[in-house]
Amino acid sequence: MLPSSPQVEKARVKDLNFYYGSVHILKNISLTIGEKQVTAVIGPSGCGKTTYLRCFNRMHDLYPGNRYEGEVILHPDYVNILSPTVDPIEIRMRISMVFQKPNPFPKSIFENVAYGLRVRGWTDRAVLDEKVEQALRRAVLWEEVKDRLTHPALTLSGGQQQRLCIARALATEPEILLFDEPTSALDPTATARIEELILDLKTQVTIIIVTHNMQQAARVSDFTAFLYLGELVEFNKTDKMFTAPSNRLTEDYITGRFG
Amino acid sequence: MRLQSAIARNRFVDSLFAILGLLAMLVGLVTLLALFLGLALDGWSRLTWRFFTSYPSRFPVEAGILSAWVGTTTVMFVTALTAVPIGVGAAVYLEEYAPKNWLTDLIEINIANLAGVPSIVYGLLALGLLVYQLHLGQSILTAGLTLALLILPIVVTSAREAIRSVPNSIREAAHALGATKWQTVKDHVLPYATGGILTGLIIALSRAIGESAPLITIGALSFIAFLPHPPWQPEFPYLSFQWLLDPFTVMPIQMFNWVSRPQEEFHTNAAAAGLALLGMTLAMNGLAIFIRARFRKQIKW
Amino acid sequence: MKPSPDGSGGCSRGAHSSRVARERAIEWALLFAALTSVAVTVGIAGVLVYESLPFFRHVSLAEFLTDPQWTPLFSEAHYGILPLVAGTLVTTAVALLMALPVGTITAIYLSECATLVVRETVKPLLELLTAVPTVVFGYFALLFVTPFLQLIWADLPGFNMLSAGLVIGVMIIPYVSSLSEDAMRAVPMDIREGSYAMGATRMQTALRVVVPSALSGIAAAYALGISRAIGETMVVAIAAGMQPTLTWNPLEPAETITAYIVQVSLGDLPHGSIGYQSIFAAGLTLLLMTLLFNVAGYLLRKGFWKAY
Repeated sequence: MLPSSPQVEKARVKDLNFYYGSVHILKNISLTIGEKQVTAVIGPSGCGKTTYLRCFNRMHDLYPGNRYEGEVILHPDYVNILSPTVDPIEIRMRISMVFQKPNPFPKSIFENVAYGLRVRGWTDRAVLDEKVEQALRRAVLWEEVKDRLTHPALTLSGGQQQRLCIARALATEPEILLFDEPTSALDPTATARIEELILDLKTQVTIIIVTHNMQQAARVSDFTAFLYLGELVEFNKTDKMFTAPSNRLTEDYITGRFG
Repeated sequence: MRLQSAIARNRFVDSLFAILGLLAMLVGLVTLLALFLGLALDGWSRLTWRFFTSYPSRFPVEAGILSAWVGTTTVMFVTALTAVPIGVGAAVYLEEYAPKNWLTDLIEINIANLAGVPSIVYGLLALGLLVYQLHLGQSILTAGLTLALLILPIVVTSAREAIRSVPNSIREAAHALGATKWQTVKDHVLPYATGGILTGLIIALSRAIGESAPLITIGALSFIAFLPHPPWQPEFPYLSFQWLLDPFTVMPIQMFNWVSRPQEEFHTNAAAAGLALLGMTLAMNGLAIFIRARFRKQIKW
Repeated sequence: MKPSPDGSGGCSRGAHSSRVARERAIEWALLFAALTSVAVTVGIAGVLVYESLPFFRHVSLAEFLTDPQWTPLFSEAHYGILPLVAGTLVTTAVALLMALPVGTITAIYLSECATLVVRETVKPLLELLTAVPTVVFGYFALLFVTPFLQLIWADLPGFNMLSAGLVIGVMIIPYVSSLSEDAMRAVPMDIREGSYAMGATRMQTALRVVVPSALSGIAAAYALGISRAIGETMVVAIAAGMQPTLTWNPLEPAETITAYIVQVSLGDLPHGSIGYQSIFAAGLTLLLMTLLFNVAGYLLRKGFWKAY
């Protein structure tokens, strides 16, 4: 039983280990992801936070030489995300991801958001229109693009492109939304808008966010996990973590003694 | 003092080398110019409408390249239709699916090796295998398949490069949305790589147009006074494939035939055919460059 | 479960297994396309060997390699490949005498001395040389180069290996220069800077530092050029003549392996006759010669003998 765990569980990570070839990257991580909460993952460069995040949607399966050990149990149906008998495609249909550098497809704004829906078999134009509008509204982008849905996505600014990628990820109504350092390539104004968006979205979807910016973690998250060299050093409610960390290492990192 | 004379000597040799370099570059360029001028001066007079619409004949002035350019067009059609699925399919496999193992290495070594095999050997392959073993005869079909195999390494290599230029972040974005590998390739990789693939294909076809050695080997005739059967027929199913098995000739072979004759007037015909052939080749290269520029404007990574 | 058009949330057992099956079928189809390259190689080797076997049952290997006459279609037939090999080697040698120096110097100049403008203009023009069909080069050799050379050597025969060789040489200049230039551009800048810092001129740096470092790449370019020259058909068929006489003098006509295959193909070729089989025996010889240089070029490119 971990100190101050979330009330309602969305996912439980149990003894997660990850290997790239023979290199042991993630070591025995166990924690709980709360439903409709924001869980942040912080730590210095190279500590494994992005590797940890990409376990949730089995992105590591795309490249040879990777191996998972342990379990990540998804609620409410108790599916183990990491199980080799579970199809990664099915996991990715339930768990979406927003990447560090905005990567919209070189298609129109509409087609970008609609792609996830098309993959799931939606073809009716009226339904697509409705779902795309809904996703763009949730990503607070609708007002800015509603008159140019057929324009290329690459004509948008960096911040708008990232919100487009968020809309794309939301269109398929995921159970968990993964953010991999979503604002590190954006300016402060764009960053602030995305943080606002995250606070808004958490009432609708469970969020895990990796960030190298501690203040961002303090601003948006309910729970924070601190990773160091592949190990989970501390996992706690965010306000507790940042005011009274239980671990010496955590305190050193937060106060800037290293990292 | 010694240093200064050494510097001066070095500078002198340097400028000497610059002149040498210029001369070396000029060899190729002057030859190109002489070639074009020679062809133009000799053959320009023969380039009439009649030339393009007449069959070969014993009389140079009446001889034309009708059967030759129709043959070239139909053979190229078969070549393109064969080379695209095999070449692009192989490129997709090697770039998106192939694991790092001995089989992949074997395939890659083979492609590299085939690029260096003389074109006439492809003719021998086609003669022994396609003409006689598979009984496809000395036909347009055989010619098209032979040239497709000949240009396969070019198509595969340029398609691979085009596919490789699609950034990985796009693939990851597609996968993260739940797309399968094939959906990612079909909906994203191939559409975005189309410009490069098309460019490579057109350049490969422009090489194929000029090939004569392998087609002579499989038995292209050079005195064809008829056209292949048309691809349609009056009865159901209205599409005819008879033309695939017809005998054929192509532009470079017609030129070869004329240049091999002792009469000077036939040399004029050869020059005219050469100009037409060069025109086709340059037009295709120009088209390829145009397409590459168009696609580059549309998709800026 | 999430709603989706077929009501299964995209996650039903049925959707899963049909998707997996479809993906696997597509992968197999693509693998099949990729294996075509292996099939072609096997096909070439197979056909050449299969069709040459009856030839070599009729003709001993010793006779094939040492008889100085090649007259398979005569009533008194001789089956020595030497005249054809000699023809191939002489035209190739002439071609290389033209292409290797000119190509290398062009490459050095473009890589080390030329400005961007010059490079951007000259390179595409040289590429144009590779776009010209070989028949056109053959025409050029017969009707322009030979008469021009006859101004120098008045008794130069109308068909000769010199014109053909020179034109083939010009044809392969872009291959030699382009690959050599790539090899030289790949030499890291700091190696050059070390030389410049010692006061060396461009040319000294180019010849004493860059070229030796890029040697394996340049040698690979040479190997490719040699292989290309050996395999050239139309220029020799048009301009060098079709008489298989054994001669090492480029001022005389001769026949190469490739031209012989063309000559026989132009005539009547009853399937299974000795004439038919002889072109496969000749083709096999040709393939082995080019293979030698292709493999050498491949190994050199892969850096088996790298200087740095």
